[in-house]
Amino acid sequence: QHRHLLELLKRTTVHGESNSALLIGPRGSGKTALLNHVLKDLREMKQVRENLLENPFLSGLLQTNDKVALKEITRQLQLENVVGDKVFGSFAENLAFLLEALRKGDRTSSCPILFVLDEFDLFVHHKNQTLLYNLFDISQSAQTPVTVIGLTCRQDILELLEKRVKSRFSHRQIYLMNSFDFKQYIKIFKKQLSLPAEFPDESFAQKWNNNVQHLSEDKTVQDVLQKLFQHSKDLRSLHLLLMLAVSTVTVHHPLLTAADLQEASRQRSSDSKANIVHGLSVLEICLIIAMKHLNEVYDGEPFNFQMVYNGESNASALHTLHLSLPSNCSFPLPPAGTEFQKFIQRKAHSMYNFEKPVVMKAFEHLLQLELVKPLERPSVRAQREYLLMKLLLDSSQIMDALQVYPNCPTDVKQWAASSLSWL
Amino acid sequence: MPNLEHPAYPAADLLRLESLVPCRESQVSMLLSLFGERQQFSFPSIFIYGHTSSGKTYVMQTLLTTLQLPHVFVNCVEYFTSRLLLEEILIQLQSCSSGTEQTSPVHCDTLNDFVRLFKQAVASRELQDQTLYIVLDRAEQLREMEANILPAFLRLQELTDRNVTVVLLSEIVWELFRPNIGCFEPFTMYFPDYSIGHLQKILSQNHPPEYSADFYAAYINILLGVFYMVCRDLKELRHLAALNFAKYCEPVVRGEANERDTRKLWKNIEPHLKKAMQTVYLREISSSQWERLQHDGGEPGQLKGLSAHTHVELPYYSKFLLIAAYLASYNPVRTDKRFFLKHHGKIRKTNFMKKHEKTSNHLLGPKPFPLDRLLAILYSIVDNRVAPTANIFSQITSLVTLQLLSMVGQNDQLDGPRYKCTVSLDFIRAIAR
Repeated sequence: QHRHLLELLKRTTVHGESNSALLIGPRGSGKTALLNHVLKDLREMKQVRENLLENPFLSGLLQTNDKVALKEITRQLQLENVVGDKVFGSFAENLAFLLEALRKGDRTSSCPILFVLDEFDLFVHHKNQTLLYNLFDISQSAQTPVTVIGLTCRQDILELLEKRVKSRFSHRQIYLMNSFDFKQYIKIFKKQLSLPAEFPDESFAQKWNNNVQHLSEDKTVQDVLQKLFQHSKDLRSLHLLLMLAVSTVTVHHPLLTAADLQEASRQRSSDSKANIVHGLSVLEICLIIAMKHLNEVYDGEPFNFQMVYNGESNASALHTLHLSLPSNCSFPLPPAGTEFQKFIQRKAHSMYNFEKPVVMKAFEHLLQLELVKPLERPSVRAQREYLLMKLLLDSSQIMDALQVYPNCPTDVKQWAASSLSWL
Repeated sequence: MPNLEHPAYPAADLLRLESLVPCRESQVSMLLSLFGERQQFSFPSIFIYGHTSSGKTYVMQTLLTTLQLPHVFVNCVEYFTSRLLLEEILIQLQSCSSGTEQTSPVHCDTLNDFVRLFKQAVASRELQDQTLYIVLDRAEQLREMEANILPAFLRLQELTDRNVTVVLLSEIVWELFRPNIGCFEPFTMYFPDYSIGHLQKILSQNHPPEYSADFYAAYINILLGVFYMVCRDLKELRHLAALNFAKYCEPVVRGEANERDTRKLWKNIEPHLKKAMQTVYLREISSSQWERLQHDGGEPGQLKGLSAHTHVELPYYSKFLLIAAYLASYNPVRTDKRFFLKHHGKIRKTNFMKKHEKTSNHLLGPKPFPLDRLLAILYSIVDNRVAPTANIFSQITSLVTLQLLSMVGQNDQLDGPRYKCTVSLDFIRAIAR
């Protein structure tokens, strides 16, 4: 792919051909890095240096609509209507000016321009896609040699282009996939960690590189890398892991060890929601357990606070009642009729009897942490207690979190593990 | 022997830092190792999450100011639109670079301008390649702003090509932040909640000088015993501790007990703390009122909260109207006949009814009812004859304005207006007295 891109750009600069291409690849697969590399190579080639190459770099994140993009282009190209940093004129004027400037040249006498559009899919969402249309238009007509390179991570980018834009695009797509296997992954790992030859301290570099070699053969390190590899192949997460491990290197701890890598990996893969659940108070844990039971019994139907507090059947899901229960069974409700209150009454000696507003405050804390989410926005009409909600935690996550919960009263744990057996 | 060691920063600073942030040494040391030396590039973005008052903001601020790293600190709730946020960052950059208070007005609309101005501002400072930290507190508000703000901040190091690290602080986990098409993943770090031992240690630190540390520690113990199950928030606990300490010390002040008489102190304070749970914890009465109550020293049972229950005074018919509305909302139509007529017919048991019996309306909220039904119930519960005058109707509309009833459906319904009762049973009971 490197060669392909290099060829393309060389043709533009040296021979004056206009081109367009798209670099498509998932996040972190090195599109920007590849492009920068190619540009560096290009600049070093002698022929190119003779032809001046202008290079406006646009990013979809920054230039959110065409007006801003146009101003940015004129600013970077330092055209005549730029004084200092300000660009004068309205959008239409700027566009006309830019087109004129680009159109005036022809193959031999003007310098080629390379437009790089990062986050290309965001440009596609502009109104009418005017900028894209104009750029591709210029690249197709016999005017100033122009190359447009787009970088994106969406594979269906072509469907997003309008018909007229798509027809002017040369449909040249370069795909960057992370298609290496695990052995190559380990090689990359070694290469990333090794110090380059220009490192000032020779002996330390030697020691470090030996250590890296040693590590890459260590079984535990390979396990860690294997786990990461199976999770996501892109090099960015490897980078993150390595940076975390390397940041523990200090004067007292000069060489990386397998334990460092393991620690870094453990930190990266800790379940964040479980961490949050770890910090909840006991009352809130009880609320979550009550919600979990409601979810289990009623297969994920939304509930509201009142139901959680009383724990009775969900009347709004009449259709599920019809579907899931035969119509002539008389379902025996649990004697006290309530889940949470039953639990409280049983264990009244170990926990205080909490008033409803206190429980409501705990529930609102859960809402704030976004562990429970309302199905629709709260309005003036409905009362807060009757708003339908969904629980955003999985029951296995809850059970795991309960295992590590500090000072968990045993009755809470038992209640969580029990399930209503009357269905 | 300080726990935090780092070759780049002077040991005296580190020692002072350690004394300011108790129970958070491991997090601080991890942050220090991530930051590295002053001029080294760090992660482009760091995401720190943890519960409320687990010290995220406090630790970041103390760390950055004690070690005097160049930083910009912005709260996203205060600057809730993108323009306000970006302008504030640029203004803070200006003010902390030149050291003077002079700040020229900055006009920055879009991220594009921000990047440009940022590059200029950084170049004009005497930063000497030090890492600049931009700390965004309550970062979950960034999701509500324009869609490109969050991904752009995560990549700021790449977009501006400078040595800058963005730190995001939030309560909400990263998975809920991630935009749909993916973004540059930050380094996520968790600030664990304080355990009960930690809470005790931190709360005991601010004991008033008149009493001994042990005395205060015992008090904190009791307080935690009552409130720990309900709330673990350091700020709330500190507030409660400050408010109730005077009451706790009362027996000692009055001379009835000395500092070590824990049982007596406990008996004195326990009902008080229970009362506090219902009122101050729920913020139903303010702390100044609470303190005044303590001074007056009333009986525990006489506490009158500021809740809506005792505050609303309604005229005679309005009360009946509200009760009638409540009954209409929560009882199914079928039972009206049974309750309100002198002679009721036989109750035919059907399967259909059995199923519906179980679906208690108390769980789902009030059901809407037409106006006629309301009036019918009203006539049957009021003892004397009530004429359907305009007075009654106007009281209905004023109840709607008070939001005790709410109108359901469009204004021009064919069957007449339908209403819904929006108050709870406790409220009704309070009125009915």
